Amino acid sequence: MSEGRGREPPSEGRGSGEEEGAPSPPRIGVSKVLLNLLGALAMGAGGAPAKAGIEGGRAPAPSGPTSPLVSAMSGAMSQHESAPRDGGAPNGEGRESVPPQAPAPEAIDRDVERTRRNGMELRRGAKGRTRLGSSQMVGILEDKDRIFLNLYGFQDPYLEGARARGAWNATKDMLDLGPDWIIAQIKNSGLRGRGGAGFGTGLKWSFMPKEVKERPHYLVVNADESEPGTCKDREIMRHDPHLLIEGCLIAAFAMKAHAAYVYIRGEYVYEREVLERAVKEAYEARLIGKDNVHGWDFDLYVHHGAGAYICGEETALLESLEGKKGQPRLKPPFPAGAGLYGCPTTVNNVESIAVVGTILRRGADWFASFGRPNNTGTKLMCISGHVNRPCNVEEVMSIPLKQLLEEHCGGVLGGWGNLKAVIPGGSSVPMIPAEQCEEALMDFDSLRDLKSGLGTAAVIVMDKSTDLVRAIARISYFYKHESCGQCTPCREGTGWMWRVMERMARGEAEMREIDLLLDVTTQVEGHTICALGDAAAWPIQGLFRHFRPEIEERIAAYRRGRPHVQGASLLAAE
Amino acid sequence: MPKAKVNGKEIEFEPGLTVLQVAELAGEEIPRFCYHERLSIAGNCRMCLVEVKPGPPKPQASCALPAADGQEILTASPMVKKAREGVMEFLLINHPLDCPICDQGGECDLQDEAMGYGRDDSRYQENKRAVEEKYLGPLIKTVMTRCIQCTRCVRFAAEIAGAPEMGMIGRGEDAEITSYLETALTSELTGNLADICPVGALTHKPWAFNYRPWELRKTDSVDVMDALGSAIRVDARGPEVMRILPRVNEDINEEWISDKTRYVVDGLLRQRLDRPYIRQGGKLVEATWGQAFAAIAGRLRAAKPERVGLIAGDLQDAESMKAALDLFRSLGVANIDCRQDGSALGAGPRESWLFNTTIAGLEQADAVLLVGANPRREGALVNARLRKQWLRGKLQLGVIGEVADLSFEYSYLGAGAASLERLIGSDDGFAKTLNAASAPIFIVGAGVLARSDSGALLNLLGRAAQTFKVVRDDWNGWNVLHTAASRVGGLDLGFVPGPGGLSAPEMVQAANAGELDVLFLLGADEIDTEKLGDAFVVYLGTHGDAGAHRADVILPGAAYTEKPGLYVNTEGRVQLANRAVFPKGEAREDWAILRALSEAAGKRLPYDSLEQLRSRLMAEHPTFGRIDYVPGPTKAAGFDLSALGAPGAATEEPFRSPVSDYYLTNPIARASVTLAECSAMFSRRAPAIAAE
Repeated sequence: MSEGRGREPPSEGRGSGEEEGAPSPPRIGVSKVLLNLLGALAMGAGGAPAKAGIEGGRAPAPSGPTSPLVSAMSGAMSQHESAPRDGGAPNGEGRESVPPQAPAPEAIDRDVERTRRNGMELRRGAKGRTRLGSSQMVGILEDKDRIFLNLYGFQDPYLEGARARGAWNATKDMLDLGPDWIIAQIKNSGLRGRGGAGFGTGLKWSFMPKEVKERPHYLVVNADESEPGTCKDREIMRHDPHLLIEGCLIAAFAMKAHAAYVYIRGEYVYEREVLERAVKEAYEARLIGKDNVHGWDFDLYVHHGAGAYICGEETALLESLEGKKGQPRLKPPFPAGAGLYGCPTTVNNVESIAVVGTILRRGADWFASFGRPNNTGTKLMCISGHVNRPCNVEEVMSIPLKQLLEEHCGGVLGGWGNLKAVIPGGSSVPMIPAEQCEEALMDFDSLRDLKSGLGTAAVIVMDKSTDLVRAIARISYFYKHESCGQCTPCREGTGWMWRVMERMARGEAEMREIDLLLDVTTQVEGHTICALGDAAAWPIQGLFRHFRPEIEERIAAYRRGRPHVQGASLLAAE
Repeated sequence: MPKAKVNGKEIEFEPGLTVLQVAELAGEEIPRFCYHERLSIAGNCRMCLVEVKPGPPKPQASCALPAADGQEILTASPMVKKAREGVMEFLLINHPLDCPICDQGGECDLQDEAMGYGRDDSRYQENKRAVEEKYLGPLIKTVMTRCIQCTRCVRFAAEIAGAPEMGMIGRGEDAEITSYLETALTSELTGNLADICPVGALTHKPWAFNYRPWELRKTDSVDVMDALGSAIRVDARGPEVMRILPRVNEDINEEWISDKTRYVVDGLLRQRLDRPYIRQGGKLVEATWGQAFAAIAGRLRAAKPERVGLIAGDLQDAESMKAALDLFRSLGVANIDCRQDGSALGAGPRESWLFNTTIAGLEQADAVLLVGANPRREGALVNARLRKQWLRGKLQLGVIGEVADLSFEYSYLGAGAASLERLIGSDDGFAKTLNAASAPIFIVGAGVLARSDSGALLNLLGRAAQTFKVVRDDWNGWNVLHTAASRVGGLDLGFVPGPGGLSAPEMVQAANAGELDVLFLLGADEIDTEKLGDAFVVYLGTHGDAGAHRADVILPGAAYTEKPGLYVNTEGRVQLANRAVFPKGEAREDWAILRALSEAAGKRLPYDSLEQLRSRLMAEHPTFGRIDYVPGPTKAAGFDLSALGAPGAATEEPFRSPVSDYYLTNPIARASVTLAECSAMFSRRAPAIAAE
């Protein structure tokens, strides 16, 4: 288990997890204050593993006795772990020894080649920019505890590579333990939906009818990843599609579904090609399909969306999947009662499903040992914006935002002091200002307490050069453009909010319109069929909550020197 | 039963109701735009938000939320009020607020609710959205800028009318309601779109800018454009009928009416006979009532009774038929018929000519055989009921007759009598369906029974109905779909040839052959008036149509909106129509004309008022005494199907619907410019589609 795979481009840190089991000193970037705070939190919840996980800056070994699989599989795991990996070679040349692919159509070979090249470029780029010593680990999560071992595509994404990384290992044994055991494990792991709302995945699964009656059950995987700033599912489908397929099988088995649909965002063409090829491989290897080796008939269909943001809302996704216009349905009935074609359906995010196999292999306690209670596990985080190295990284939940930015992303452009605000969970959550970023933890509860949200953990960093008002105006335009038009507050409100925001970005507004705009956001928020109305309202609320003086100053500046002009829009003619 | 609290008031409700319905039970009015009792729930206008405990701390759409036991529903809390005011503001920011020039003004849901939830000013300073008008055919006018995207019209078209041609395209604030290709809706129920539109986006094109709703005098009445007797409300201003709207009658039309029923209004003004005429020297010249009566009485006295004929038309009320019947019988005339088309029905038990299952009873059916009927043209709301039941997935249909788009799927079993014979002999396919059905239904089109071989066909149908046990002790699935509003009433009165009398087609033949001296047409226009030989033709009617053109004396009568009258619909339901306006010019109510004529003819009828006429009618024909009553499908004991018709061989001629042009079936409809336009647009296009 001591083999460290430094395939995280920011780290380049080979062998970072060498001292197996030994508590290593706290890593850089975690302030004492924060540690104390975290410790208190963890103790308050009585969660020793969490405490260890955070305080030690790393997670304990996956030796939890709770999972019967863990011991059964440890041999296999270690074998895999210690097997030399071609893609894992420290230098670029290592890629040359990718195991020869089975004869495949040329197109597929081209894909592999493209994946490989992408990975190399990424690595070269990362190497050129890295500031950290090669032996230094960054962040909290150790390499041995990563679920997505091929996040950056340095290895073969297809079946052979996936198997070497542990996918499809002991899947049959897990299924043999029965659906109840699987659901219990997922519940115990504390896995919360990774699509943004953070609803308990195990709990969601348990809402499905216990027995299949006249209507079949369905699993639908939401791969319509369209939240601005988010690109985690993309990487999973590109580089670790078999984790997703395996997760689909396990989840479908747990919910007694024989069919699953993966609804891929329209723009994800390459991802669909990779996933389709992986599905084909799985069929050919009889991992899924009729009479497969796992003894649970299971069909997986990949469906290509048409690129509408709203189709990422679960019921709109179902409508779209049924061939109708993608508009959210009324709830109740919830999909678990009447979903796809009126049948019991569970819709899960790609990441939620893709982590299932590993959770079961390594045990719920292992997964639950990361992060704070109620915010457990590891999470893919996508950091973009004004940082030195924007990246996707798998990290433990509850990692301090500052640590995430400093260690994985090389810090904010121009230093921490240059930070202005962060949108921590994709464009639909309210932003938090720099001073709150100091103490924010990347988990559901901490960000909720800051009146923001973890969302999809798509961190958008904005430094002091950012025109926040314009940024939010652009986000407002996005929601105005993507509103489905079904229900009144969102259809009419998003356009109104966008227009006012546009004027405010120019300063061409009146002071009283600030409160008007906030009032409009409250009239949209919570009054719509789906959450898009909320998503459109929150960024504006976040902006005004923290940066109201900035807008007031802009309006004042615009009007300064134009005392005789009341209608500010007339000035555009000058 | 579960209980819920609505604003602190506890109320019991049946399980399965929504919060909105429970709140209404408790007497709370919930504003709504998209919700409609007869359409699927969209939940998109968000006007019906209420606060529900226990539940999330935000208002919920009450139209879509199932009510639960122990729920606490608040319909007027500050949260609810704020939410509704917010929604109303959003609805209005892009609404043109052109109420002064909007035809919906005064009966607009948005206007009404804005009184309760609207602001007195606008906070919206941006430009308002404008939406291009859409073309939806000759009946519906669109002002799409007023549209609030409630999608009621889309759901109506898709669900009730079966014309899935409407939809919402675009998204967000660019979403627009359209019929995609901007063609007229291929439906006979288009007019209802304007009724269900809660704003002025869809209004009635023929009536645009004609009236304000508060100017109109409203009279409840009954429709006569088909034999269903849909409940209507006639809105009039002064002497003029301005519009006809549906009334709710769950047994017949629910709350829809067909386009012919609705847009026949302008036909009531055109081509009207407003004074008596007498033909002199080949030309019709104006006359006084006295001159007209004298001319008729002279001819009647001169003619032998067997050389006199009386034919009643399709729109006659029972009273005028009764008066005519009494008068001509007292003259000894046996040539009396109310079946202009030559239908074979009229002998035998009353059940044989009724739509016994009743229209509402169709919702119990599980197998329907349509024989020579095109319910879409012959009774659009029967078709809507069939579609409603078919949509529930419980109904299988078979058709013998024309191939037509009926807005539901059916098994096509053939075109004529041979197919019916084959069905009787078969025991798989649709025959199996009928045999297995618990509530099988035959719907026989009037066209089948108006042919030379109709006796044999009727007999064959009787045999088929026996084979498939359509009539049982507890179920009567024998239905005749009439097309004439007066027909069942006429048959109930015995308005059929007396002993040795001629039927309507025979009278026409006899007149053509010179064997008839006087032919009295009581609103009868659907016979071949060109071939009446030298007979002296008297026409009592309302419009200058075929009958009036041939007539030697014209007596101007009252249209169905101009007289109180009894009509019996195809189910056998007696309904009372009311007078909305007075007859035009010198025209009088039909029964009064006949009463006056009887005096001139020396056979004074024994009633001086409509009440006396009615009491005599009801005394002699007890079925007329029970207004709005039908026996229903469960009382079928004693109805002998084998006695129907006369054994014989049916011809190979395929079954045809008697209605070839839905929009132009009677004199009033033929006088309507609106319906002429519809006819030109739809009916002439239909054969092309059928041939494809």
